[in-house]
Amino acid sequence: MTWDDVPGLVETRVAYEETTLVVEPERLVEAAEHLRDELGFDFLSDLTPADYLDWGTRGVAGYIGTAAGRDLNAPGAAGYERTPQPKPKRFSVSYHLLALREGAPRVRLQVWVDDGEAVPSVVSVWPTADWHEREAWDLMGIRFEGHPNLVRILMDDDWEGFPLRKDYPIGGEPVRFSPEQ
Amino acid sequence: MAIAPEKPTIYTESRIPHPIPTVLEVPPELRDSDDILTVNFGPNHPSTHGVLRLVVDLDGERVVGLKAVVGYLHTGFEKNMEQKTWWKAITYSPRIDYLSFQNNELVFVLAIEKLLGLEVPPKATWMRMLLCELNRIHSHLVWLGTAALELGAISMFWYCFRERDLVLDLFELVAGYRMHTRYFQTGGLAEDIPPGFFPECRTFVERMPKAVDEYEQLVDQNAIWLERTKGVGLLSAADAIALGQSGPVLRGSGVDWDLRREQPYLLYDHVDFAVPVYPNGDVWDRYKVHMDEMRESTRIVVQCLRRLERLEGEPWTSDDRKVVLPPREELHTSMESLIHHFKIVTEGYRVPEGEVYVTIESPRGELGCYVVSDGGPKPWRVKFRAPSFVALEATATCMSDALVADMIAIVGSLDTVMGEVDR
Repeated sequence: MTWDDVPGLVETRVAYEETTLVVEPERLVEAAEHLRDELGFDFLSDLTPADYLDWGTRGVAGYIGTAAGRDLNAPGAAGYERTPQPKPKRFSVSYHLLALREGAPRVRLQVWVDDGEAVPSVVSVWPTADWHEREAWDLMGIRFEGHPNLVRILMDDDWEGFPLRKDYPIGGEPVRFSPEQ
Repeated sequence: MAIAPEKPTIYTESRIPHPIPTVLEVPPELRDSDDILTVNFGPNHPSTHGVLRLVVDLDGERVVGLKAVVGYLHTGFEKNMEQKTWWKAITYSPRIDYLSFQNNELVFVLAIEKLLGLEVPPKATWMRMLLCELNRIHSHLVWLGTAALELGAISMFWYCFRERDLVLDLFELVAGYRMHTRYFQTGGLAEDIPPGFFPECRTFVERMPKAVDEYEQLVDQNAIWLERTKGVGLLSAADAIALGQSGPVLRGSGVDWDLRREQPYLLYDHVDFAVPVYPNGDVWDRYKVHMDEMRESTRIVVQCLRRLERLEGEPWTSDDRKVVLPPREELHTSMESLIHHFKIVTEGYRVPEGEVYVTIESPRGELGCYVVSDGGPKPWRVKFRAPSFVALEATATCMSDALVADMIAIVGSLDTVMGEVDR
């Protein structure tokens, strides 16, 4: 399968036998339609945002498991600190696509955005994206331009903040029903 | 006996509501009508399989508007897993879907193993397959029991839970726990298969096909059951794919798709099984898919048993001591083992940097796990693609011509587990 014709393609990565297509956010819907209509990826399996705030500011050291066993010369092993590869922007949104045909080919479509930047909605391409996008908005605070009903889905309607963001503390919410209240 | 009225059959034009695919809106001509009654169905209603709330607009008995509201069981599994080391996070995964715990455990463990590039010994892989299939039977039994109970077939519940208990006994024998076994460990299994498991399991697989026949005898000819399931909750193949449906819902809509066959993980390409597909896309077909799958799962269990009995004495886990805990007895004699044990337990093992998305066929369909590692001992991001979450997106489409009583049958047939929906 060739990815060269995917509109707005920025980068093609293959790692762990998985292909990632990074596209420009502005041309996401075009790319999605191309993948669905030309290449047969008619099944949107999952839509996942990830927050990379402070990614790569901490060094990671120690043994890193590998298939071959103990590779003490691998970077990061034996106590030498190394930092993970930098990311282009704070948030990634990954669309895991599947083609329902022989061999079950899969591909990951990815866009990168900063806080406050919107991603075009793909509900018109894959209706199943509706709840996935609502969840991404609810938990990660990613706005989807053109979504017909972008409201919170898992948290309360009046919830403040986006719990899955890295700067949202765990255990930070006030406890209700305590004697003082 | 009265002549049964004509049942609606599968449609061709898409019925997915527009513009919001998951909300059925009241048609404009009825919007100002005084006859429209808006009812909150749930969240605490026994037949919603947990805490699901459906806001339904009724015109008499006809459902004209519907909106599913979820989130009542949101516990922040994904956020919690980011705070734990990789091997401690495994404990969370079975609790997400409390009916197919082993499948959830498997998908997370497979994701870690994919990042680590860890080889798993064949015995562990066969045992994982065996337990996942038993788990599928368990999950389908709970589904059948509760879904039938909701439609009035009370005795079905007792029969299903009788066999379900036998499956749980097997899990208890293997792992010490009846649910949330946490028996899958990165690298293989947590313990060797205990003595006495094989004969117990054989007794079960001999009984199971007969039990499925019994269930079918109970309801297959039952006029009420037929009336309430046939032609109800229609979902066409194209709509099912567009709405991301998977598992029994997709196969009940006539799409011949099973990840165990199309994308063989574990050793599913070494076993012989059929994928049941039914073309009508109604509640009845979803029920039939579940029944056939229980039979096929039993067949897979038998094949796994045959292999496992030949693998007795073989290792059950990888010997990569940087990832796998050393055997208990070595801790008293080997300094090296003690250090490894201490390091893994306190600090956790490190997983190479990268992102992977692993999918398996859980009892409810395509179960995915997306994990990101920064090379440290804790996952950077974990996301579960929950098939139940996606299944509930189809409620609006399935109920476009439903009556209020059909709602219960339809929600039941989508086989959702709210723990997984809300995570």
